[in-house]
Formats: sequence, structure tokens, C-alpha cells
Amino acid sequence: MGMALLGGALIGLAAAGLLVLTGKTAGVSGIVDGVLRGERGEWAWKACFLLGLVSGGLLLAWRMPSALPHAPPRAWPWVIAGGLLVGFGARLGGGCTSGHGVCGIGRGSLRGLVGTVVFIAAGAAAVLLLARLA
Amino acid sequence: MKPAVAFACGVLFALGLGISGMLLPAKVLGFLDFFGSWDPTLLGVMCAAIPIYLLAWTWRHGRPSRWGSLVPARANHGLDGRLVLGASLFGAGWGLTGVCPGPAVTNLAAPSAFTLTVFCSILAGVALSFLVPARGQTLAKRRSQSNITPATSAHETQNTA
Repeated sequence: MGMALLGGALIGLAAAGLLVLTGKTAGVSGIVDGVLRGERGEWAWKACFLLGLVSGGLLLAWRMPSALPHAPPRAWPWVIAGGLLVGFGARLGGGCTSGHGVCGIGRGSLRGLVGTVVFIAAGAAAVLLLARLA
Repeated sequence: MKPAVAFACGVLFALGLGISGMLLPAKVLGFLDFFGSWDPTLLGVMCAAIPIYLLAWTWRHGRPSRWGSLVPARANHGLDGRLVLGASLFGAGWGLTGVCPGPAVTNLAAPSAFTLTVFCSILAGVALSFLVPARGQTLAKRRSQSNITPATSAHETQNTA
């Protein structure tokens, strides 16, 4: 639990820093969406945030390679279907783990709380269902 | 300054994801396995991140930010069917891959068939969402609006959780 708390604190600091210094929300699916659309006026900071994520990933690959995944957790069709659902669902629902779960709940938003409860429940349902199928 | 701040926050965010274990699908799937062998450790991520964000929000909401726009004054409390349907689909996908968007981008630092496939599928999913018209709008209306005033498009209001 200690590493999760430490990592969570860094995530909280990063999202809080972005909020206080730029007024922006660190919702990764919204940021990916903006970059993909070429959203005018927002593109530069959004692209830089994503570049920062990959750069942080490079630091991890260098100093803490065990933090990064290597093998898929399930068969490829599940992985691809899951990715499509993650991208589509996050945009339809207006946020993902970071946008609803950290920045939404972290501003006392009912919308963020409901989104988070629903996606954790749906995730648990998917895991349960696949465990039964296997 | 805004892009530089965003870059630095992105680096810090990725380090947090890595240190906490959020980048590992097996760990995430263990957290979602409530009815099997539940691994509660990732609860620690929200337990630490939310109070820190809440402090920053309470302190600065409705005030100017250092290098950008106003910190929003109010949180969005609106509930609708799209939120519930979208979060359900997102959650189901999360339970299939064990990867959400932040980790999908961060994992590009370790390119493999798995990390690239997940990233491309998520991008395709986001692109597919462009086909869904914004609430109360036809697709054509939304397209013309986003060309003229991107800042006031319905997409922007949808973004603020």
C-alpha cells in the first residue's frame, strides 16, 4: 500500500499543479481527445502533457523497469475490444480514471463520483464475467 | 509557460502511475477482482491523490491561475445517461485490458506489441466517439460550430468533470 500511496500523492500533486498553475484539468482521455482533434488554443499544452507522460515513462524504463508492463494480461481480441471500449466510453462519459476519479471527485463533483463508482463496478463485472468464462 | 508546466506535470503524473503500480495490467485487474482474489493496494492511489487535489481546489477555485485561465469556480454536478453509459463502457474495457488512458500513453515508453496495440485501440475508440453528436446537436451543426468557436463547443463543457 505504501508505494500506491506515494504514487497517488505524486499523481495528486501533478494534477493539482496543473490546476493551480494553468487552470486546466488533468483528465487524460480529454487531453488525448483534444490532441487528436487538433483543438485550437489547447493543442500545445495538451500535446506537452502527453509528451511529459511518455518522458516520465522513459525515466521509469531507465530507473524502475519493473513498473512497466511487457505481456498482455488476456488474449488479443479482449485487449483490442477493451481498448476500443476504454477510448469510446471515456469520451462518451466525459472522463476516465484521472478526470472523474481524481479531478472530478477531488473537486467534490457528483458527476465525477457517479462516473467513478459506475466504471469501477463495470470493471469488476467484466473481470468476474471473464473469470467465469475461462 | 503553460506548455512547460503541462510537460512537467505530465512527467510527475507518469512517475506517480509507475510507482503506484497503475501501469501494470495484472495489478489493475487484481484490484477489480472483488469477487476473486481482490488486491486492494491500488485504493491507496485515490486515497492519496484525491485529498491533495481537494486541497488545491478548495484553495484556488474561482481564482486566476498563475500562467493560464481562471481555475473553474464550480464543479460539474450534472448527471445524465451519457455519463452512466460511457462510464459503463469505459469500465468494461478497463476490466478487459487493465489499462486506462494515462497508463496507455505512459507505456509507450516501453514499446511492445501489447502497449502499442492498447494505445492504438484506445485512440481508435476516441476517434469513434467523434461520430456521436454532442447533446442536443446534429453532427453537421457540431462540426460547423467546432470550426468557428472551439472554446464554446459542447465538447468543451463535456470535458469538465
